[in-house]
Amino acid sequence: MSKHTDVIIIGGGIIGNATAYYLAKKGVSVTVLEVSKDIGIGGSSRNGGGVRQSGRDTRELPLAMWGIKNLWPGLSEELGVDVEYTQKGNLRLGKTEAHQKILQGLTDKAVSCGLDVRMIDGDEIRAINPYLSNEVTCASWCPTDGHANPLTATLGYYKKARELGVRFITESPCFELRKIKGVIRQVVTPDAIYEADKVLVAAGYDSRKLLATVGIDVPMMPLKMECLVTEAEPPMFLQMLGTAEADFYGHQSKHGSFVFGGSSGFEPFNKDNGTPISSSIGASCTCRGIMKYFPALADAKIVRAWAGWLDDCADKVPVISPVEEVPGLYIACAFSGHGFGIAPAAGYNIAEMIADGHSTIDLSALRYDRFKPKQ
Amino acid sequence: MKSINDRSQDIGPFVSQTDDGVIICRCEEITKGEIRQAIHDGMFTVNEIRRYLRSGMGLCQGQTCGKLVKSIVVQELDVIPAQLDPATSRSPMRPVEMKVLGNEEVSHV
Repeated sequence: MSKHTDVIIIGGGIIGNATAYYLAKKGVSVTVLEVSKDIGIGGSSRNGGGVRQSGRDTRELPLAMWGIKNLWPGLSEELGVDVEYTQKGNLRLGKTEAHQKILQGLTDKAVSCGLDVRMIDGDEIRAINPYLSNEVTCASWCPTDGHANPLTATLGYYKKARELGVRFITESPCFELRKIKGVIRQVVTPDAIYEADKVLVAAGYDSRKLLATVGIDVPMMPLKMECLVTEAEPPMFLQMLGTAEADFYGHQSKHGSFVFGGSSGFEPFNKDNGTPISSSIGASCTCRGIMKYFPALADAKIVRAWAGWLDDCADKVPVISPVEEVPGLYIACAFSGHGFGIAPAAGYNIAEMIADGHSTIDLSALRYDRFKPKQ
Repeated sequence: MKSINDRSQDIGPFVSQTDDGVIICRCEEITKGEIRQAIHDGMFTVNEIRRYLRSGMGLCQGQTCGKLVKSIVVQELDVIPAQLDPATSRSPMRPVEMKVLGNEEVSHV
């Protein structure tokens, strides 16, 4: 069994899997090392499934818009798995004047980037989604946003990459990156030392400790967020939903169940059990939030709740970058809880960056050395 | 002991079986054949199969089919049951209405 490939990817989440797939399509040999027993067990399969452009920072917006135009519409066909991509718009809801200001600010920024998003009032909101309560008075509306199934998208990339010959090794924790003659060469695990010409670190928050072994740091913190899902309900609406203060977000899936994420206000202080376990207060709090916006869901039954770690970046946008100090090393982490929607575009462009030396979308605003102290 | 960690290992071709139409996950109506095909698509763990097919994600949350799915994986990959973790159990134990789960008022009688 050869321990050498052209590229090693550390992290079998959707970023690692998508990059592996697009690299394999270019004829590049790839090994993916995943720390846990399961592929795609982290944030990739624990998120709310949003495929949004609205509400995004302008530095990552070009990537989001490009992916929605070029990759998401054909993804199910390309992967041979139903990723349930639904492009029926995103409503970001508000109830107060303060909310209106937040939404207007986000909308103005997105419009300046060429995105079709606008502010709408209560009547127009309820014309789009009649189930929303009368307390909702304003929203940003982006008709080209949508949602997809994070589970099948993440595992679909894995399945397809594996078919193209990518090697996936699970339960393979990486302890150390090693340079030889000044360039990246080795990845050290308990069972083997893997070698490659290029290495991508896409391991969420775990990237931080690993990058430290070659003296590189990305300023990010783990943040535990919680989600829940209802039993299947009759079809009610197809939009992706969020709120001005991001206190809950979600959608109705193709299966009929509603998937919602929400916050209790204790996220930065949630207990770290070593594994993401739901808190006793999270799901209940999210239910109260949802019912204030959707009174009709009060009788919907919750069948499951879960939690997951965000790799929350100091400035809330990802790091996608080559590392000059360590030639051959690339970073894709710190997606800060909104990585799923841009994952296909990120994987595609990272594969170009690694294989061709340049990418379709200019990613220079997402470099690892952008972090400067306050003036 | 054979490991399931190398996902490129040869597990042989998918050969259809006469009982592939049997429903294993009753809540989500997932058949034995679909589960066996998922294993050949690379889903080697119960968690991965659950996420890929929805088996064990319905009303009973896998309390009926969990062991059956595991035994199918054991047969298909020719491993021992102890090598496979069960799917993660999650709260609540039974389906609960939002208005009940979201109600934290305490009545003092």
